[in-house]
Amino acid sequence: MISLMLALQSVLAAGAARQQSVLRPAGPQADSAARLWWIAFWIAAAVYAITIGTLLWAAWRAHRRVRTGAQPPSSAERTMRRAVGGALGVTVAILLVFISYDIGAGRSLLAPSRSNYLTIHVTGHQWWWEVEYADTLPHDRVTTANEIHIPVGEPVRVELSAHDVIHSLWVPELAGKRDLVPGYHQAVWLQADTAGVYRGQCAEFCGLQHAHMALYVIADPPDRFQSWLASQRQPAPAPGDSVAARGLRVFLGAQCPLCHSIAGTPAYGNVGPDLTHLASRNTIAAGTLANTRGNLGGWITNPRSIKPGTTMPPSQLEPRDLQALLAYLETLK
Amino acid sequence: MNPARRFEVVPVQAGTHIPVKAEPAASREAGPADVAELECTYRPPTGVWGWLTTVDHKSIGKRYIATAFLWFLLAGINALLMRLQLVRPENGLFGPDAYNQLFTVHGTAMMFLFAVPIMEAFSLYLVPLMVGTRNVAYPRLNAFGYWVFLIGGLLLFTSFYLNTGPDTGWFAYVPLSGPQYAPGKRVDVWAQLVTFTEIAALVASVEVIATVFKQRAPGMKLNRIPLYVWSVLVVSFMVIFAMPAVAMASTMMLAMDRLVATHFFNPAEGGDALLWQHLFWWFGHPEVYIMFIPGLGFVSEIIATFSERPIFAYPLMVLALITTGVVAFGLWVHHMFAAPLSLMGRSFFTATSVFIAIPTGTQIFCWIATIWSGRPRFTTPMLFAIGFIVVFVIGGLSGVMIASVPFDLQVHDTFFIVAHFHYVILGGVVFPLFGAFYYWFPKFTGRMLSEKLGKWHFWTFFIGVNATFFPMHILGLDGMPRRVYTYLPETGWGGLNLLATVGSWIIAVSVILFLLNVLRSWRRGAVAGDDPWRAATLEWAASSPPPTYDFADIPVVGSRTPLWSSADLPVATGLRSDRREVLVTTVLDAAPDNRHEHPAESIWPLVMALAMGVTFIGAIFTPWAYVVGFVLAGIAFAGWAWPRGVKPEEQLRPTWVDRAS
Repeated sequence: MISLMLALQSVLAAGAARQQSVLRPAGPQADSAARLWWIAFWIAAAVYAITIGTLLWAAWRAHRRVRTGAQPPSSAERTMRRAVGGALGVTVAILLVFISYDIGAGRSLLAPSRSNYLTIHVTGHQWWWEVEYADTLPHDRVTTANEIHIPVGEPVRVELSAHDVIHSLWVPELAGKRDLVPGYHQAVWLQADTAGVYRGQCAEFCGLQHAHMALYVIADPPDRFQSWLASQRQPAPAPGDSVAARGLRVFLGAQCPLCHSIAGTPAYGNVGPDLTHLASRNTIAAGTLANTRGNLGGWITNPRSIKPGTTMPPSQLEPRDLQALLAYLETLK
Repeated sequence: MNPARRFEVVPVQAGTHIPVKAEPAASREAGPADVAELECTYRPPTGVWGWLTTVDHKSIGKRYIATAFLWFLLAGINALLMRLQLVRPENGLFGPDAYNQLFTVHGTAMMFLFAVPIMEAFSLYLVPLMVGTRNVAYPRLNAFGYWVFLIGGLLLFTSFYLNTGPDTGWFAYVPLSGPQYAPGKRVDVWAQLVTFTEIAALVASVEVIATVFKQRAPGMKLNRIPLYVWSVLVVSFMVIFAMPAVAMASTMMLAMDRLVATHFFNPAEGGDALLWQHLFWWFGHPEVYIMFIPGLGFVSEIIATFSERPIFAYPLMVLALITTGVVAFGLWVHHMFAAPLSLMGRSFFTATSVFIAIPTGTQIFCWIATIWSGRPRFTTPMLFAIGFIVVFVIGGLSGVMIASVPFDLQVHDTFFIVAHFHYVILGGVVFPLFGAFYYWFPKFTGRMLSEKLGKWHFWTFFIGVNATFFPMHILGLDGMPRRVYTYLPETGWGGLNLLATVGSWIIAVSVILFLLNVLRSWRRGAVAGDDPWRAATLEWAASSPPPTYDFADIPVVGSRTPLWSSADLPVATGLRSDRREVLVTTVLDAAPDNRHEHPAESIWPLVMALAMGVTFIGAIFTPWAYVVGFVLAGIAFAGWAWPRGVKPEEQLRPTWVDRAS
């Protein structure tokens, strides 16, 4: 019986979507939530089968009695008092079991007893995620967007705040969601037990592009994570060739630096995502498009055809300028 | 009390006043002269004027039901369009701007313009008949409530079709709905719509409470009230405690933030975004129970009638209704588990959210026991009642699951929640409602709905609901958030969304079958007679459809099932038939206490509603509307309250004692 249930469970979990499934946990919090779900699911399935089975049986019994012209048994009222009383007792018992299990699972939400966390600030914007790695030295702070790199197997403290409206950070395979509310600060912790890329998505309705506000958590072995962090601390390299140099001039001469910054250049706008290491990211436009040259060109030229309502304005660039700009952006590893 | 004014129930032996239940209504009246006089007293003005001035709870109830059902159809069309947009990944049928309006208007209309109002509409029609009186208390207020509701609905849908529909969700969270992130008038339309429907709901609740407490038929003690009447009584109290929170939050605080730049919700100026959520869910969670407790009442009446026995454990059922009504106010934070709140506080709300399953479970167990020990007839209303249990229990069980904080943090704001509450609302509200339509349609119109079409309607609806909403549980577990206008192909959500869209069209077909059934049966259905289902409650003692005065003589109740108790239904006489008098009885024992004259038809409720309409719709554009509205409402109120030269109650002719002696 148990093995049958487990088999069914694994079939259901395997049938789950390829990305961001609650039922394929990769971290301790998501794991305890998934286990709680399976317990609740089996209890609920049993309760449902028994309740509806009894209902249909009762209807069938009474219907047959009507057809045969028999009367309800004289002891019916007493039988029913006992049955309803018993059912209520069982209901209360099941709910108590569920609550105690829930309290146990709730402990996974508490921070683990460690003092030296990696701390990451995540700020929700309409419609992208700003990610900043805290460091006591200001020039070692790293700012990126829509990708959170974390070391595998370590709890990471994520401090949440919102820039405009309420958003909600949710990476289903790692942990439950938490709201980013303007005027409030709260922190969650994330831990991935296996290396991998985990997709998440804004879970609180935040306006026109709520549907396209994804992010990726990339869990790497600690040494790879450290080398990623070290490379992110570097400013952008100077343009290596004349095309890239022209691209930087196009960038600085157009409206781009009003909103975006590239460390090592005079661009330090803080409205849109930091582009210092744009080319190191897998996606653009908050997880909407793969980070390819073609997609980037389309996004820069007319972002509102891809994300209607986005605050990024369209840019009308000469084809040569656009190509140079793309060539430059591709150097921002 | 002055003994000369004491009212007594005419003894059953008093010859002419004993009606025989099976006989047609006309032969059991107090006497032909009285009935003719009653007809004359209660005759409404004819034509458009009569339509605009009526204060008859049945006319108002019927048009209230029809109006709420119209909003249901329009909001349902929104749902079909949403499902079409989500049928496949990156579908381009609607952009985000249109889609956000579609789902906001769908949710707003279903909650504020359909689910709660149609339940009120049924209660305004049924309660006076079920407690055995001639009209609802405060008849002009009743007319006013309907007009206000109508104006609110017209405002929402007109704005929506003019591309000014609200687009920040039916919950309108700040700061997204605040002046900075929602410029334009869309959210103002939402805020004022809430005002209209809240006022309509509040006045309806006051009427229902007064009717149930003070106008019950003699002998209908508190422990003899039909379970449906208990359910709407509980709900009316809930409305009075819940609705002011959202009315204040939307009409005063949100509208003022937007209109005159107050900063209640603006964190930059010391306001608080979470305050909105508390105020909204303080109303919003009880709202769920406000919608479905009357559904429980419908189911109790239907199961009792078609099992041919009273519901098992009546006191337990009543206690369960009241417990649900009270505990419903202790759950609101479970909508905010992901918000910045202390962990400790959240576990309290987990406990209450789990606890509320007990009273609802109690009622389900009692219904099963009733069916088991009864003689069930599987008519269409009974099928809907059983379908309600089968569907609703799924929603109840998933509701217990999401009471758990760690699990809720995973599925909160995903399609799992969409699945959960559609199982609760379609199961707990719409199934009982369709059952109630089939059950009381003969009383409304004098004709039966077709059973054959009814069964088709039931089965298509049952299949459609499950095909649409069951896959959404899995979508939620797969990580699909709510309120997204599209999704990427690599998420793998396409297949289940396609299934849900197919299901939504099955629901559409079933609703069309229902409409056909109503249109056909309205004129050509089988003639029903007074009591086609052999039911036990008083409304079946009135003719179908009931006369404008409901009962020529007020029935006297000796048990919970007055029409099953004996062949004869005793009546109380003594109300004057040349004036619109109702019998006022005591709260606990329903002993005759007083007589009260109800007002005649009046145009002033409509004028007052129009004054309110000008005020609140004008307030979308300028705060000066309140000044204008104050003057207009003052004029309307003067007309409404103008002395009519009615003699004081003391001078009423004590006809009662005359007859008894």
